Amino acid sequence: MTDNTAVLKEYSTIWQVLEDNAKKYPNFPAVREKAFGIWQTWTWSDYSKNSNNLALGLIELGMKDKSPVAIVGNNRQQLYSAMFSIQMAGGIPVPIYQDAVAEEMLHVLQHSEAKIIIAENQEQVDKVIELGEKLPNVEKILFLEDKSMRSYESDDIIGIQKALELGANSSEKTLSEFEKRKKDQTSETTGVILYTSGTTGKSKGVVLSNANILTAASGAISFDKLRPGMEIVSYLPMAWVGDFIFSTCMAPLGRLCINCPESRDTLMTDLKEIGPDFFFGPPRIFEGLLTSIMIRIEDASTIKKRLFHYFMNLAKKVGGDVLEGKSVGLFNRALYALGDFIIYGPLRNSLGMSRVSVGYTAGEAIGPEIFEFFRSIGINLKQLYGQTEAGVFVTMQPDGEVRSETVGVPAPGVELKIGENGEVLYRSPSSFVEYYKNSKSTNETKDNNGWVATGDAGFIEDVTGHLKIIDRAKDVGKLSSGEMFAPKYVENKLKFYPNILEAVLFGKGKEKCVAFINIDLSSVGNWAEKENIAYGSYQELAGHPQVYDMIENHINEVNMDVSKDKMLSGCQIDRFLVLHKELDPDDGEITRTRKVRRQFVEDKYSDLVKALYDGSKSIKTETKVTYEDGREGSISATLEIRSAKLVK
Amino acid sequence: MEEKKQNNRIMEVKDITLRFGGVTAIEGVSFDILEGEVRAIIGPNGAGKSSMLNVINGFYHPQQGEVWFNGQKRGAMKPYQIAYQGIARTFQNIALFKGMSTLDNIMTGRFTHMKSGMISQVFWKGKAEKEEYENREAVEKVIDFLEIQTIRKTEVGKLPYGLQKRVELGRALAAEPKLLLLDEPMAGMNVEEKEDMSRFILDVNEEFGTTVALIEHDMGVVMDIADRVVVMDYGKNIGDGTPKEIVSNQKVVDAYLGVSHD
Repeated sequence: MTDNTAVLKEYSTIWQVLEDNAKKYPNFPAVREKAFGIWQTWTWSDYSKNSNNLALGLIELGMKDKSPVAIVGNNRQQLYSAMFSIQMAGGIPVPIYQDAVAEEMLHVLQHSEAKIIIAENQEQVDKVIELGEKLPNVEKILFLEDKSMRSYESDDIIGIQKALELGANSSEKTLSEFEKRKKDQTSETTGVILYTSGTTGKSKGVVLSNANILTAASGAISFDKLRPGMEIVSYLPMAWVGDFIFSTCMAPLGRLCINCPESRDTLMTDLKEIGPDFFFGPPRIFEGLLTSIMIRIEDASTIKKRLFHYFMNLAKKVGGDVLEGKSVGLFNRALYALGDFIIYGPLRNSLGMSRVSVGYTAGEAIGPEIFEFFRSIGINLKQLYGQTEAGVFVTMQPDGEVRSETVGVPAPGVELKIGENGEVLYRSPSSFVEYYKNSKSTNETKDNNGWVATGDAGFIEDVTGHLKIIDRAKDVGKLSSGEMFAPKYVENKLKFYPNILEAVLFGKGKEKCVAFINIDLSSVGNWAEKENIAYGSYQELAGHPQVYDMIENHINEVNMDVSKDKMLSGCQIDRFLVLHKELDPDDGEITRTRKVRRQFVEDKYSDLVKALYDGSKSIKTETKVTYEDGREGSISATLEIRSAKLVK
Repeated sequence: MEEKKQNNRIMEVKDITLRFGGVTAIEGVSFDILEGEVRAIIGPNGAGKSSMLNVINGFYHPQQGEVWFNGQKRGAMKPYQIAYQGIARTFQNIALFKGMSTLDNIMTGRFTHMKSGMISQVFWKGKAEKEEYENREAVEKVIDFLEIQTIRKTEVGKLPYGLQKRVELGRALAAEPKLLLLDEPMAGMNVEEKEDMSRFILDVNEEFGTTVALIEHDMGVVMDIADRVVVMDYGKNIGDGTPKEIVSNQKVVDAYLGVSHD
């Protein structure tokens, strides 16, 4: 494995890479953006010139050395360039999620004390203005798009063009100050502060040094052998660590060209036009793509439908092996080639993924069927496991070792170990310096030897060395037998069935595991229609014996699957019931982002949990519900309890 | 809203009377439109608002009265000649080329800016080529302005109603008019679409300084965006003034908002 710290001998900041590219490859494309319906390209020389001018402009506007500068907006050529400008001028870029509401922006702006804000358009500027007096620190707002901004313009709210002009005509004093600030920076200087999206409590500012981001980028480039000239479409939020590393760090270092989509809605067309070589997306993007393909196929003519299904079955059988270069029978290989010509190729093309040589998904568990669908049609989709604190990469899947249930081997330079409580810990040259102005949290997360706690429980497979993530560490416990209990691991497996919307597993400190199941009304309802099953309400459908049969089959399959896992075989589901109502955020049972509030559910339905354990065949229960208009009512039901097959 | 600079009269109609056979659609109506303002024409159904717009537009020729544009009295002109003078419009019932893309539809709005000859266009050399680039750029600016990038190449007939209205506005804007006439730009829209459309109309007015004259039914919208309002009823001008003056004008309230019959 290559040493990813070698990059630090050559460069100590990421903007030096940009400058170097501008010198060595001035006329190669660096970044594109669609303007007037046509892709407009900036070469490395344009990119660097723009960044330098803006950096000078920022100093002219009174930006202090080492001060944070906020950036907020969609993926734009000019905003990427601003990242470098801020660094060159000695500052620290603080990108903010563009869809954050004013209140969320407030925390980041107050906490980072940014004095200058570079905003994409009126929408973003309005948010800052709305916060007004709560932000006494803010001195200047720069905006990119003139539209509707005419009446805003003042000494403090200025167009970016003006800043660029100021920079181009800057004074001697500014120039020498600029040179001095550039020279002062080392690999230890802070390169960026990224605020975590903050699912729990207020978001924390993760400080990454130049060395962190350079090593992370260099490691990822060597891991997947990315070559200069490859194309990326940059569409994920600029405030997210992934986009920062891909578009701002890996792009100059690997001389990849980044492409900013015209707008969020045109992404699919833009993808098709660019045909990226490297693609990253969270699982929901791939889920969405798959659904849209399936809907279109349903509408297609019978012949096309037949062909599609025939070749997709073939792809399911041999596609993954073909992609990994494993041996496949001559007949199947020939058939796959035919399929590639008439189905897979056109499909990849309409997804804009004809040229993808490396695709990644991360963030949460991806359904194995979705994952394998994309791999089977020849898209090299892989998983990685990472977090902001790690400069993205903790583990990645190497080519040829891709499986949907693991997240791969340690990324270059990363050391991995499992803590006493089963928590995954890592140490790497790319792991973060500290949480900005929050030493308490820093000390809780990172120990004196540099090991960072991920908060996730997992284990490393003996034979392959792959990491497997099972659950959030705080949810993991033990059964009374001493076997490990990891609810989410099993729940995820259940939720991959389209018929199951939610599942809640109980068993901490108990002898066996039991589960609540929530059916997915649209999917089960569809099935009921086809099977001619009449039902009058959600409750009636959920309690239907045939629905129970179907769910029982799913659970038996999951039990079989779980039993194969040495460590977690104790998590098989013994008894289960199908809930008579959907878990609902209005009732406080799940969060707005659809995460089950385990303890709350356990308390609210304590009678059901008790019945699952005491061996009764059914249970009569009464449940309080909140209607959408806020009124409360209650529903009563008698729920059947069934046993599933346990595998020894 | 800050006080706008009230400039010259860009348009003045004096004592217009328009008859269709025995029916008098407009009777002795006079009003003016100032440069840079948003002027609304309101009134109940059949009050003669659209006819008035068609007079301004040169589509109808009034039997009586004068139309002054840019300080000059207008003689008998064909609508396209008026378009060349810098007046563009949208229609109450969308009048787009349904089978053409959004881009092409908006491009048709540029016809007043196309001057190259047929030969040059056939061979796409010289003037024609240069013009094509300029026109495409202007169209793209409009697309960007109206935020319709996603439907650039979509057939207009396939678009939902609200978007078609926006494309029609785009076509009128592409002509870079001095005076923009909008015939019920918000008819049939939901609240959100109306808000978007209002925003665009105000933006056109503020950013490009385009004078806007619009017919509208929704009083709320008119109150919000118009600088001055003309009220018509049974082909007559029954009120003229700022939105504030109009709502307190008893004649207008009776005619437009209805009189109680008790």
